Amino acid sequence: MSTPIRFDQIRLPAEAQVLRREVRAFLQEEIAAGTYDPRLADRESGYHPDFSRRMGERGWIGMTWPKRYGGRERSFLERYVVTEECRVASAPTGMHFTADRQSGPILLKYANERIKSDILRRITRGECCFCIGMSEPNSGSDLFAARTRATAVDGGFRINGTKIWTTGANHAHYMIGLFRTSAPTTENRRHGLTQFLVDMKTPGITVNPIADISGVRHFNEVVFEDAFLPADHVLGRVDLAWQQATSELAYERSGPERFLETAGVLFELMRVLGERPDARAAEGLGRLVAQLHTLRRMSISVNGMLQAGKEPVLEGSLVKDVGTLWEQALPSRARDLAAFVDPQSSARKAFDEVVMRAIGIAPKLTIQGGTTEVLRGIIARGLGLR
Amino acid sequence: MGDAGASGLREMLVDTTTRMLGDLADPQALVNAKDDSWKAPLWRALEEAGLTRAWAPEALNGSGAGLADGFEILRIAGSFAVPVPLAETLLAAWLLAQAGLRIPAGVLSVAPASEGERLTIGADGRISGRARAVPFARDAAHLAIVAHGAEGLTIALIRAEDCTIERRSNIAGEPRDDVTFDAVKAIALADAPAKFRDETLLLMGAAVRAIQMSGALSAILERSVAYANERVAFERPIARFQVIQHNLARLAGESAAALAAAGSAGDAIANAAVFDDAVFLEVASAKVRVGEAAGEGSAIAHQVHGAIGFSAEHALHRFTQRLWAWRDDFGSESDWALRLGNRVAANGADALWPMLAAR
Repeated sequence: MSTPIRFDQIRLPAEAQVLRREVRAFLQEEIAAGTYDPRLADRESGYHPDFSRRMGERGWIGMTWPKRYGGRERSFLERYVVTEECRVASAPTGMHFTADRQSGPILLKYANERIKSDILRRITRGECCFCIGMSEPNSGSDLFAARTRATAVDGGFRINGTKIWTTGANHAHYMIGLFRTSAPTTENRRHGLTQFLVDMKTPGITVNPIADISGVRHFNEVVFEDAFLPADHVLGRVDLAWQQATSELAYERSGPERFLETAGVLFELMRVLGERPDARAAEGLGRLVAQLHTLRRMSISVNGMLQAGKEPVLEGSLVKDVGTLWEQALPSRARDLAAFVDPQSSARKAFDEVVMRAIGIAPKLTIQGGTTEVLRGIIARGLGLR
Repeated sequence: MGDAGASGLREMLVDTTTRMLGDLADPQALVNAKDDSWKAPLWRALEEAGLTRAWAPEALNGSGAGLADGFEILRIAGSFAVPVPLAETLLAAWLLAQAGLRIPAGVLSVAPASEGERLTIGADGRISGRARAVPFARDAAHLAIVAHGAEGLTIALIRAEDCTIERRSNIAGEPRDDVTFDAVKAIALADAPAKFRDETLLLMGAAVRAIQMSGALSAILERSVAYANERVAFERPIARFQVIQHNLARLAGESAAALAAAGSAGDAIANAAVFDDAVFLEVASAKVRVGEAAGEGSAIAHQVHGAIGFSAEHALHRFTQRLWAWRDDFGSESDWALRLGNRVAANGADALWPMLAAR
């Protein structure tokens, strides 16, 4: 008997733990200097150019990339440590995180030398914000229904259509967008889409904000009206974008940001429960800690296997499925466990504030970056069910 | 560990164990068997291969494999729902070896095997107390026990026939006997080493069960996927239905969490000099999370299998009943969650993340 699922035992190397202490000290300094308030961080969009620039100065953005593009050629486990310390401290990484996690690696793989040496360098300096243009008004989870057209013209393409729910488009310097270059074929409905690098300053692009229920300004509609993209902004092969998602997806799905988004609630829960909780609260707290520890071990294992050149694609998807559901449920479970704590205590008021905000953002955690339903379809394929 | 030589040997061990259990302990063959005649050849093969005493050095009559190898054997045994006291004998041999005691031949078990129990040893060296739900006590020739005395902890080897054994069974029909020690004289005893603490046996037992359970969860995932691909309803394999796919994806998530948590706990123990706070976090988390996965996972596997999986003639219950039962051994999810919650609360909110991020 053997299952397709495996988790190698990965222990973080000593240099990663040294780095962790540096990151922690840096973040404490930033909080002390008033750069951001970790308890209020989820109220903001996390966009903070000065903070990102200082992260860049430390070499903590694009840190796994080649040195010739401004990277530091450090391991994925070292990047893991930087990411998890930033998430736990609710650091405002909104400006650079998308570029660091996924846009940069796509450019590294598919962009030409001129674009790489220009843009990757700026990303690593914390000067460059990316957004992802995937969803459309009639194409969300069903990505291959995208209709925004890229029409070949002299020297490039003209883009017409609308992307929606685009996080951070209001700040972004660039988008990596998915546009239709040909009709799908009868044999392959995934055919005909192409990935492009889009300079957001291109004439013909309008960004309209969309309010969300959490009150955080991050959603946008991006309208393209005859926007011109030069031919060298095609990333990968025309019409064949569907072939391009490979092991990078496992990084995107398995990182610590897939279960630590509401972690602040757990720390506030401990403050409100105190050092001697009753049995009900202590048992509940113990379960949450056990679940979080397990998610972290799963996630580190996937990242360690990726570093070792393996392709734990199924395992990465499982981390996202289990992890996002956990971080989504955490605020309500913490609320239950704190139910009988004195409502007049000062810790209780701070806790209630944090929980309220976390409950407010919880629904998006299992939607953004691929819904639970889509993810489970992918897992089912990995299991051999479809 | 981790060098090419060690991993090559590990693979050989995995292959050998898997083949042996496939031949002698196939769950469906055991369900179909008319009697217990499969038991003796299975036990003999496990003993002859040295698998039952892997955790004691050769000088003490063990077979001298490492902890990591033993955990791998147990994961595979779990994936066959092996119904003989392999884990208990391994654990007892490990316990005896902690005190340098020689391992006797035959089936062994350990006590105490539940949360909150304590045996005592008097100045006369006689052992007293009661241990609930001792696995396979009636089948064991000897019990390895930990007892509290005026001078600290003692590890002792006791003849099972010197104890009063009240027969009880778990939901899988396996012996979980209540054992009374009424001033029992040990055959051999020695002080536990200084690093051996009150909770050490419970931690090791919990890690052992978590790893067996992770193997069993892998097996029910694999069996449920295979069944969904075979079983035709509404004119197609039920695997084509999205709701079945999503349920199996959830089962895969539970199985994955169990593999990662139990594997991490085993790895932590295999590489730790002492059962310190880091080992406590690993094992407590594993027993909690794997126990939760056992409940969720068994429910999904049964739902996917429908009525046939609930019939006595189908092998699914050999896994699910053991998963339910193993949750209770060496501390339940609630027992370990309470311990873990109390410990992290006492250390304070600011200590939680540094503890989690230490490894």
